[in-house]
Amino acid sequence: MTILLIVYRSLRQHALSTIVTACSLALAAGLLMTVWVVKTQSQRTFTQTTAGFDAVLGARGSKLQLVLNAIFHLEASPGNLAWADYEQIKQHPAVKTAIPIAVGDNFHGWRIVGTVPELFSDVEYIPGEKYALVAGGRFFEAGKNEAVVGSFVAQQLGWKVGTTFHPFHGLAFDEQHEHEENYAVVGILEPTNSPADRVIWTPLEGVQTMSGHNPAAATEVSAVLVQLRSPTAGFMLDLMYNKQGNRLTFAYPVGAIVGELFAKIGWFDRVLALVAYLVALVAAGSVLASIYASMSARRRDLAILRALGAHRRTVFGAVVTEAAVIGALGAVGGFVVYYGLMVVVSNVIRVQTGVVLELAARHDVLWICPLAMIALAALSGMIPAVKAYRISVAETLAPAS
Amino acid sequence: MGDAGRKHCSSARFKPKMPAMLAIHGLTKSFLSPDGHRMVVVDVAAFSLGAGEQLALRGESGRGKTTFLHLIAGILAADSGFIHVDGVDMASLSEPKRDRLRAGKIGYIFQTFNLLQGHTVLENVLLGMSFGPGADRGHARAVLERLGLGDRLNHFPRQLSTGQQQRVAVARALANRPKLVLADEPTGNLDRRNATESLALIRETCREVGAALLLVSHDEATLSQFSQVRDFVEINQAQQGAVA
Repeated sequence: MTILLIVYRSLRQHALSTIVTACSLALAAGLLMTVWVVKTQSQRTFTQTTAGFDAVLGARGSKLQLVLNAIFHLEASPGNLAWADYEQIKQHPAVKTAIPIAVGDNFHGWRIVGTVPELFSDVEYIPGEKYALVAGGRFFEAGKNEAVVGSFVAQQLGWKVGTTFHPFHGLAFDEQHEHEENYAVVGILEPTNSPADRVIWTPLEGVQTMSGHNPAAATEVSAVLVQLRSPTAGFMLDLMYNKQGNRLTFAYPVGAIVGELFAKIGWFDRVLALVAYLVALVAAGSVLASIYASMSARRRDLAILRALGAHRRTVFGAVVTEAAVIGALGAVGGFVVYYGLMVVVSNVIRVQTGVVLELAARHDVLWICPLAMIALAALSGMIPAVKAYRISVAETLAPAS
Repeated sequence: MGDAGRKHCSSARFKPKMPAMLAIHGLTKSFLSPDGHRMVVVDVAAFSLGAGEQLALRGESGRGKTTFLHLIAGILAADSGFIHVDGVDMASLSEPKRDRLRAGKIGYIFQTFNLLQGHTVLENVLLGMSFGPGADRGHARAVLERLGLGDRLNHFPRQLSTGQQQRVAVARALANRPKLVLADEPTGNLDRRNATESLALIRETCREVGAALLLVSHDEATLSQFSQVRDFVEINQAQQGAVA
């Protein structure tokens, strides 16, 4: 109780430096936790985002580009493949489901993806979950100028069932390239927290035969999303398409290929983590500087405590505890910074990719970082604490008489 | 202090002959001067103070009075000699044990009061108690009320008059029910009226709790209120500037 009272009063006496120091610690803790959680959670979420498919078949090229284009609806398509290639893999005994997609159009930057109704009727985008519609809508019918809209697109554009629109040519919006066809929204998807939320889904034939498209596109698709009957089938098809063939690319398994992306941008994580560590070090230094600077003013108080009977270790403990309390205040503030940053970062990721990070997810760093921050602050308090330990009561309190 | 330092008492361990609250024998303390010479500041062959006794020591500034009190309180370690406080040899104790003895048995009133400015009046007293027998909020309140500070418990020292601050210092020194109260020029910062009142209060309160009082001062008005006054130079044989 005694030490806590001493610490409490000291913190109140030096309220401004306490707040400034705690804020710098909060910033460091918040940054560290955000970097760590975003890194691990986005890696986990992205590698688990497969839209319910095991593999993607596409034109010869980068597997990562193929997956980003077909599953995450990012990047340009590496090219088209013939309808016959789709028919071939669909008939393959190792394949459970094959869903073709065609890309190449947008509406004000929102990607339009042509596909078949089976995507909605047969595929579970996560185990046990099929695409569902908001009440009042229905899935499109093949061959018609109808669209089913992802929840995020509908929210952003303010679209409802019955809204009509003209697609624009290309993946990037250019108002000069508006197609003549008029499409009607017939359904809005329930949120899936997946890239599908950012897509305008239309019948495959529509994208293939849109006015102004290359006539050859009518018999081509951009990629085929594949569900396999067994994992070994993936290796067999990998051998068939990637090793023995030279026209197509079979991207399998989807999660591992996305993992390659994180391996490629791992340096960025490390730079962010390094920055966060440096901020933490600077913050710890500020604890040291703040308490050390206040030692001159507090020298007399500590000498008085010693004169009243406080042991050297008591004043040492009081200074270290004070530093630890500043660390604890910083850790608490760190959670505020963390949640603030997470809201911003997760929103950016959601807008850009459709992938939703879980704000309330538990992670070891959420208790390790605050504890480490408190320990670091306490450690920084050791140096002024030693100074307090060495205070000479006689010299500090009274002139010789 | 090691045995080698007890050269003045090499024959046998000193035992006070009479029951005394404070008994000193062969006490010396020296400091290293800036020019590298060791200066003896305190050299007291023998000194004692009975339980409940009140004694004033007269001495000019710079004669080692404060150092003498610091040695008795265990704030400073002696070079040699014995300091028995209520039967315990302060000089032979380790620093933590001296701290504990000081907190439990000695009340110290400083000339400049030395109140903790960031703590309230009540907290100043409670903190002093917490290092000794333990903080007793009720007793602390009672002592402060006895000294006329009942309506100032939650004030900070800067919100009090000089006389009131002095009374807080007295309350803090006496709240632990000490056996010995050391007062170092306790009225030095007070005007005459406050000094007289304050001194009377210190003496009266010491009597009430049965504490012995050892006061040092150079102020004749203060000294005149004591029936027992001794010149410090008679007790302290150290000649100022003497080189050991």
